[in-house]
Amino acid sequence: MSAATDSAAAPTAETPILELRNVSKRFVKPLDAAAKIANVFGAGLKDEIVHAVDDVTMTVADGEVVGLVGESGCGKSTLGRVVAGVHPATSGTVLFRGRKLSTQSAAEARDTALKVQMIFQDPMSSLNPRLRVQDIVGEAPRVHGLVDAKGMEDYVAEMLTRVGLDPSYARRYPHQFSGGQRQRIGIARALAVNPDFLVCDESVAALDVSIQAQVLNLFMQLREQFNLTYLFISHDLGVVEHLSDRVVIMYLGRVVETARTEDIFTSANHPYTQALLAEVPRLDTRKRKFVPVKGEIPSPLNPPPGCHFHPRCPHATERCRVEQPLLKEIAPGRWSACHLNDGA
Amino acid sequence: MANSDVPTLEVRNLQTHFFTRAGVVKAVDDVSFAVRPGEILGLVGESGSGKTVTGFSILGLVDEPGRVVDGEMLYKGENLVNASDERMRQLRGNNIAMIFQDPMMTLNPVLRIDTQMIEAIQAHENVSRAEAWERSRAALQQVGIPAAEERLKSYPHQFSGGMRQRVAIAIALLNKPDLIVADEPTTALDVTIQGQILYEVQKLCEETGTAMIWITHDLSVVAGLADEICVMYAGRVVEHGSVDAVLDNPTHPYTHGLINSVPSRNKRGQPLSQIPGMTPSLLNLPPGCPFKTRCPRVGPDCEVTPEITHPVVGRDVRCHYPVPAGEDAARAGATASPEVTA
Ligand SMILES: Nc1ncnc2c1ncn2[C@@H]1O[C@H](COP(=O)(O)OP(=O)(O)OP(=O)(O)O)[C@@H](O)[C@H]1O
Ligand SMILES: Nc1ncnc2c1ncn2[C@@H]1O[C@H](COP(=O)(O)OP(=O)(O)O)[C@@H](O)[C@H]1O
Ligand code: SF4
Ligand code: SF4
Ligand SMILES: [Mg+2]
Ligand SMILES: [Mg+2]
Repeated sequence: MSAATDSAAAPTAETPILELRNVSKRFVKPLDAAAKIANVFGAGLKDEIVHAVDDVTMTVADGEVVGLVGESGCGKSTLGRVVAGVHPATSGTVLFRGRKLSTQSAAEARDTALKVQMIFQDPMSSLNPRLRVQDIVGEAPRVHGLVDAKGMEDYVAEMLTRVGLDPSYARRYPHQFSGGQRQRIGIARALAVNPDFLVCDESVAALDVSIQAQVLNLFMQLREQFNLTYLFISHDLGVVEHLSDRVVIMYLGRVVETARTEDIFTSANHPYTQALLAEVPRLDTRKRKFVPVKGEIPSPLNPPPGCHFHPRCPHATERCRVEQPLLKEIAPGRWSACHLNDGA
Repeated sequence: MANSDVPTLEVRNLQTHFFTRAGVVKAVDDVSFAVRPGEILGLVGESGSGKTVTGFSILGLVDEPGRVVDGEMLYKGENLVNASDERMRQLRGNNIAMIFQDPMMTLNPVLRIDTQMIEAIQAHENVSRAEAWERSRAALQQVGIPAAEERLKSYPHQFSGGMRQRVAIAIALLNKPDLIVADEPTTALDVTIQGQILYEVQKLCEETGTAMIWITHDLSVVAGLADEICVMYAGRVVEHGSVDAVLDNPTHPYTHGLINSVPSRNKRGQPLSQIPGMTPSLLNLPPGCPFKTRCPRVGPDCEVTPEITHPVVGRDVRCHYPVPAGEDAARAGATASPEVTA
């Protein structure tokens, strides 16, 4: 695939803040005890390999909000974790401001790790229940020398204020807060190390609608204030549409379509994107006739050959069953991986 | 479906309270609604607003320290509040079924699906094993599970989350209940799987006249599925009417706020309209309207708990200063015209 070099040289000119070139992440699911015993008797079973992220190429421009969408298990969180440096890619290249993560010096790598922060879905399990808010928020900046013991209290107060929490909450523990407040603590913790890039993984999914709006507004306000770039992972297309400049759609580990948000929502190209959008419940669509997409989401352990979507695709042909469609630029800034675009 | 039909279920002034050591939690506090054959009622509200406890009350599943303390629940005219445990067991799974958010509330992890389904049928009907098996197979097929014969031999853990929920739904449908209470059954599922389930549910209500109470926090799902909507806040129904009327012309400030905070209702990239503050704890709720600390229309009367009024025909609203049609909810309550609040 040539998407990486093409898009890097394309109109945006400046070096993207993040670039992924043919990034894959594979997990090996070891054999269970029963299978091991079976092997003793010559069953010849092998470890199962999950292609959680399969040859993904994409860029994120400085200051951009990119929405990452797809059904559960398609690899969104894994991709997010690779970007945030939580785990290394199995193959491929991750570049942060044009520098390869794998070739950075130890000091540079530490700096990059701070510049990319991750915010999770479940605000409770991502906060250490035994630490006070002041330690949750203040620990990383202290360890990394961004603030000394003397300035700590003011620093934490400043961070809490940024996310709309009363600084007097600093001495409380996580369980003493509501879901929305806990999510704000998670955001304050991330902001405390002055990041440039936030990977938000389903960060509002666990929140009630009215609280969700508060947190989304906070994300947008922080973006302006601190010139942040976001990779915003969500299965909620309404949220993604509202927030993102560009949308990346994944299906079973692969990127199947990427385009500007307006383009995705007005004229999706890929049959999977179209199916997904058709299923999104909308406030304005009343007493609609639901027409189900056929089939289950296949197991990532054993994805269908050719185009992964072919068992569910209404347009599938013989070619789709055997040949993997590559991600191609079908119009300026629009990429899609479907054989239909070849007129076949 | 004709509105003149006798309601399948009519809930009148239901009160379900929990008597905890810390005090009384009025989880359901004077809730009324009705569902008729073939009709789908959407019960909407944020977490903790009392949706699940309402559902559990109908099924007679509320446990200590909780109790239905007042009101009536008329199933085809029979008051379930007075029903014996024996009678409730008879009705559950036969005439009235519940689909839980977590399908494992329905499924037994150590039994094969066929065993569970056949038992569910034979518990209420005197049919042969072969006939019960055939009905189970048909029910799985109906909810879109491929290779139903094969799948009947599986255990719950061999299914994906979406499939498990569909099996739970198939079990709820087995005895062709007249009433189904579905508590956020698709909240944890992907949209394409949710679409498949909504399709089955809609078909069922249309074809068999089953009445359904669909509990969710997602207004958009209710918009596409339901005929009527009840919006709950802090244990009370604050607005009730037809889906079209309520969503197009909400009169309660909370309903207004909820609708306006849905991202698709806002201009892309602009700040979302938001409801300030958070839901109050139901423990020892202070007197007055429970929404008063978050309400843009709050006025002097709001210190008194609002009773139900009908500011628009066919609408139940609990608010001293309902929003007049076409007006922005943010206008102060004190300026609301008197004929609207009458
Ligand atoms: N153990 C506690 N000690 C002190 N304050 C608490 C405690 N638990 C909750 N609070 C406070 O009570 C208020 C309400 O919290 P609660 O957790 O009940 O919110 P909630 O409405 O249930 O939110 P959500 O449903 O979004 O989680 C918050 O201001 C919170 O900080
Ligand atoms: N067993 C219980 N003991 C005490 N309070 C309870 C119990 N079950 C539910 N509640 C309270 O009842 C209220 C309504 O709960 P629920 O019906 O589960 O809300 P929803 O389904 O709308 O999210 C909440 O305040 C909840 O804390
Ligand atoms: S490549 Fe074929 S199967 Fe895949 S989305 Fe396109 S038409 Fe459908
Ligand atoms: S106007 Fe008063 S009664 Fe109506 S919702 Fe607001 S606070 Fe409650
Ligand atoms: Mg995830
Ligand atoms: Mg609930």
